[in-house]
Amino acid sequence: MNVLSVNGLCKRYGDTLAVDDVSFEVNTNEIVGLLGPNGAGKTTIINMILGVLEPSCGTIRIEGVDVRTSRSQALARTNFAAVYAPLPGNLTVYQNLRVFGLIYAVKNLSSRIEELLAQFDLTSFRNVRCGVLSSGEQTRASLAKAMLNRPHLLLLDEPTASLDPATAREIRSKIRSFASQSTGGVLWTSHNMYEVEEVCDRVLFLSRGKILLQGDPKSLPAEHGKENLEELFITVAREPLTLGDRRMP
Amino acid sequence: MNLNRVSAIVLRQFYLIRGSFSRVVPLFAWVAIDIVLWGFITKYLNIVTASGLNFVPILLGAVLFWDFFIRVMQGVTMAFFEDVWSRNFLNFFATPLSIAEYLGGLVLSSIITSSIGLVVMLVLATLVFGLSFFIFGLAIFPFLLVLFLFGIALGIFASAMVLRLGPSAEWFVWPVPALLSPFAGVFYPLSTLPGWMQYVSYLLPPSYVFESMRSIISGGSASDEALLLSGGLAVLYILLAGLFFTRTFRHAVRTGLLARYSAENVA
Repeated sequence: MNVLSVNGLCKRYGDTLAVDDVSFEVNTNEIVGLLGPNGAGKTTIINMILGVLEPSCGTIRIEGVDVRTSRSQALARTNFAAVYAPLPGNLTVYQNLRVFGLIYAVKNLSSRIEELLAQFDLTSFRNVRCGVLSSGEQTRASLAKAMLNRPHLLLLDEPTASLDPATAREIRSKIRSFASQSTGGVLWTSHNMYEVEEVCDRVLFLSRGKILLQGDPKSLPAEHGKENLEELFITVAREPLTLGDRRMP
Repeated sequence: MNLNRVSAIVLRQFYLIRGSFSRVVPLFAWVAIDIVLWGFITKYLNIVTASGLNFVPILLGAVLFWDFFIRVMQGVTMAFFEDVWSRNFLNFFATPLSIAEYLGGLVLSSIITSSIGLVVMLVLATLVFGLSFFIFGLAIFPFLLVLFLFGIALGIFASAMVLRLGPSAEWFVWPVPALLSPFAGVFYPLSTLPGWMQYVSYLLPPSYVFESMRSIISGGSASDEALLLSGGLAVLYILLAGLFFTRTFRHAVRTGLLARYSAENVA
């Protein structure tokens, strides 16, 4: 079953087409990687899914609920973590989780917060203001916030960008187990191709606002004559036209 | 409207104020200073003028009412600025939180913070300078209500302006009460003003409050029609301010300003 269905999505800024007729789905228990060079349109797509940016055309449905017409109902089923949206630095980890827990109407909020503090190794930071946490600790706090409402659609924009390799591996395994054990799906962006290959069930390669390729990250490089995902990424970034004729449906 | 979400905004504001000396002090310090300053000025005027007029209710009462209005307006804008300063729009508006719930939270926060300032002013003005609010009778309630409603309207309007013009536009917000005060006739009857200024005054709900206040002090009574009109105007301004905020928010969502709100952007 689809948790996210994006259809004919586009975003135009004046003469610039930032996102051009993008369609894709994320299914239950699936982790989909949204890949592409800087400026390809990944964050624009995520912002449109989160309802903070209005599409110029197309539809976005979260579990069948249209984000444009039923924003609150659609967004109640989702959550996100992004490096560019840290939690307010003037509130402690606990206070942030409490405030966002109320917004998402989380049941048994106190016990859910304790559970997440333990799960993301934040118990010792519960009364520390988020602004003074290290970037890795801030990322863990953002991820704890993202899991508060047990979202059916989890959007992660470079969630492990500022984590050390050991913590990043731990976070990846937590997200993998979230995807496999819950009824949710994950849309994930990353520039770490090793990570993408390890975590994602399917990847979408974006270039200049369009989906250029999609498929299994383990088999996709070979299908396009590349040794690995990183090489394929570099080709998409530098010579997207050379891949255009082999575009997947 | 989901009350849990409204309470989340209030709780956020409570956490911020509770943990911050620099947020607690302004809740009562500036209004207390104003009351003390004007309290002594009115005492001095009572001594040096032979008019027999008691300046305490006229001037000190006016200062108290006007400061209450300012605290209400700033209660809304300060709560909004917390999101500007902490770059929190993306976190808040990528949730089920609706605009009405967000504004409801700002208004509730303002009720709490402005009430603290009001109590401090009432205590100081009554105990230290002998201002008796019994002189205004029951009219004090519509006076406070009208000023409260107009403060909310102006706070929402000012927040929308900052949302539209960018963080640095907060400097337009601080002088707004000072800009309105000559027209509102806080310290003098509207008849003192030139004709064109009086026309502006008639559009401002506080001007009816201050005219009624002076009428009561000089032995007359407050005009029910005037207070009803000012209340109606204040409610109308709240609706218009809410509409303006909603339109500004939609513009910010359409243009991408909301997702990138941190830099100057008046595109």
